[in-house]
Amino acid sequence: MAPTFSFPKGGVHPPEAKAYTEHLTVEPLPLPDEIDLILSQHIGAPCVPTVAKKQEIGEGALVGTVEKGLGVPLHSPVSGTVKAVGNCVHPIRVSAPAITIKVDKEAAPIVWQQSSWEHLDAQALLGKIKDGGIIGIGGAGFPTHVKLKPPADAKIDTLILNGAECEPYITADHRTMVEQTDKIVEGARILLTVLGINTCVIAIETNKPDAIGAMSEAVAARPADGMDISVAALSVKYPTGSEKQLIQAITGRKVPAMALPSAVGVVVHNVSTTKAVYDAVVLDKPLLEKVVTVSGGGIERPANLLVKVGTRISDIASFCGGVNERCERVVLGGPMMGFAVSTLAVPITKTTSSILFLREDEIDTRPLSACIRCGWCLDACPMGLEPKEAGIYVEAGRAEDTAQFGVFDCFECGSCAFVCPAKRPLVQFIRLAKMKAKRS
Amino acid sequence: MWTVFGCLVPPLLLSVFVFGVQVLFIAAVSVLSCMAVEAASQKMLGRPLTYLDGSAALTGMLLAFVIPPGVPILMPALGAVMAIYIGKHLMGGLGYNIFNPALLARAFLLATFPVAMTSAWLPPITDGAIFTYLSGIDGMTTATPLAVLKDQGMAAFIERFGEPRDIYMSFFLGWRPGCIGETSGLLVVLGGLYLMYRRYITWHIPVSVIGSIAILTWIFGGESLFGGDPLLAVLSGGALLGAFYMATCYVTSPTMRSAQLVYGVGIGALTVLIRLKGGYPEGICYAILLMNPLSPVLDTWFKPKRFAPPLRGEQ
Repeated sequence: MAPTFSFPKGGVHPPEAKAYTEHLTVEPLPLPDEIDLILSQHIGAPCVPTVAKKQEIGEGALVGTVEKGLGVPLHSPVSGTVKAVGNCVHPIRVSAPAITIKVDKEAAPIVWQQSSWEHLDAQALLGKIKDGGIIGIGGAGFPTHVKLKPPADAKIDTLILNGAECEPYITADHRTMVEQTDKIVEGARILLTVLGINTCVIAIETNKPDAIGAMSEAVAARPADGMDISVAALSVKYPTGSEKQLIQAITGRKVPAMALPSAVGVVVHNVSTTKAVYDAVVLDKPLLEKVVTVSGGGIERPANLLVKVGTRISDIASFCGGVNERCERVVLGGPMMGFAVSTLAVPITKTTSSILFLREDEIDTRPLSACIRCGWCLDACPMGLEPKEAGIYVEAGRAEDTAQFGVFDCFECGSCAFVCPAKRPLVQFIRLAKMKAKRS
Repeated sequence: MWTVFGCLVPPLLLSVFVFGVQVLFIAAVSVLSCMAVEAASQKMLGRPLTYLDGSAALTGMLLAFVIPPGVPILMPALGAVMAIYIGKHLMGGLGYNIFNPALLARAFLLATFPVAMTSAWLPPITDGAIFTYLSGIDGMTTATPLAVLKDQGMAAFIERFGEPRDIYMSFFLGWRPGCIGETSGLLVVLGGLYLMYRRYITWHIPVSVIGSIAILTWIFGGESLFGGDPLLAVLSGGALLGAFYMATCYVTSPTMRSAQLVYGVGIGALTVLIRLKGGYPEGICYAILLMNPLSPVLDTWFKPKRFAPPLRGEQ
């Protein structure tokens, strides 16, 4: 047994609950009647629509552009007619600017032509990645081309592909690694070429032995390219897929607070993002669709689906046999970091990895009580923070004074709230603390 | 909290077996009156009613454990008012009390009813006892071993309770006079180990309290330096009960593991100081009460190690 990698401080072991979907092949979702493309798909400036109402558009057509602030273009994943350029429901902001498209189900799907990329230089490859609208689809949604252009003074030596997928339930990256193995390896070679480096580590948690096996075989079977690509097994512990924890586990380096991974010479990309990079560079295919895990005890037929960006949850739920009466809560994203949604009209975005339909026995709805200072959150926090103090300060109306407890280091993994015996919503407290502390 | 409560049931049952059935009445009065005072306090202060969450019941059980078995039945009820209403709810309620409520009530009762609290000891019932080798002891022994040791010295102690070697076993198993909960070191330790196994408590506080009591007694507790009896010191009085169940109280102890070690050593040192130089035979109750208010201070001195400092001195 090869050694496994892990991070030393904090972390928790929530029930994995991946058995629902980990062996299910990704199946394409039939085209829905309508889709909603939210113009702000990710961190950074929202897109400006380039289409007008009633305009006919083809699959892959540009529908939104943005030049400033970390923006990437937005493409239509379907052929159809623009029904409205207005608003749609948003999981967090309630309502958000969006383009609604009526889908033409009769249009022939585009066949994306393969082309070789080896002759292209880093600049040309970067251009293709940006024009393809590629962002980190593992969750955070940071534009991929920005990550690939580290500051001039940073000496990058290692690329890490994140296949940890440490959130319970989600198996989207897992299935992508098993089914699209060669494309991920090819994508890794593209990323290494763009970065001008040689070393790539593909990090996968040991609860996905088939993915580790498939990736190892594909890495070994690739043509001789002089690159040093390897697969590393991670111990199963949440949140080992967090960027800073992953870098520490693999390289032993600690990314300083408020700094990016490039400060320690590392760039991290998700494995599914790497597959999207392959699509954008080799097939000239923009980011149009997403593997989404539909899971939980509240849905009739859990599945891994290939879904067009903008598809509403209601269409996905009815394809999966509908929501059963025991479903208590619908969560967009994983159970640890995701958001509960109040309506199935919400469309998925480029960063949606899962939709969970959770039963009462899969969630905890007991009311919160006072903090008894047990200190379990201090043990669980991978960043060495004091969630309990931040929570007590927020409750006492002193959210502005919480910077001393390191709230800005918090990446909201939810480990503290998971272990809290008083069921305190510590992540929500810290979000509030960050907002108020930033303002003061 | 009901789990901790459950861990206290075996020592209680042994105490009933050793001292008689009135122990059960005292414990019941203590637990029920704590729950009643909790409900009344919450009603009065307009707080949500949580008297069934196990917190008040646990305080009641611990209160019964730190009073002698022969006290009048209303004393634990009075203690409950002190523990729950004044010690807990007037301090801000669950999570905000500075002092351990059960020990605060014991200190209050000790100051208010000094005679009952220091002389209402019952002798262990020896008829049909399984520990027949102790039957030579005077059946009317009514002073705690530590009090005899303190007031009359080692010779009287040995005359009363036998060679230390013999009494280790009887103390450990619970056959001796004392407060309701401090009879059997074995059952207290087993309960504490179970709480550690379930990860409700960690080793830091119990080990530092017991370790410092043992080491300091060994050094200073005898007629010459390094002549004390550490094992006797740990097994007698409420040392084990205090180390596993009182000092580990989440609310009144520091949260950082490093701070907990300092806190535990502080309790151990104060305990030995009071036992050897103070006016009381037993010191762990006051030692814990004296360290309780230092917990917030320790928590500001000991901070978790942040993942990595920011570059260039940014916040």
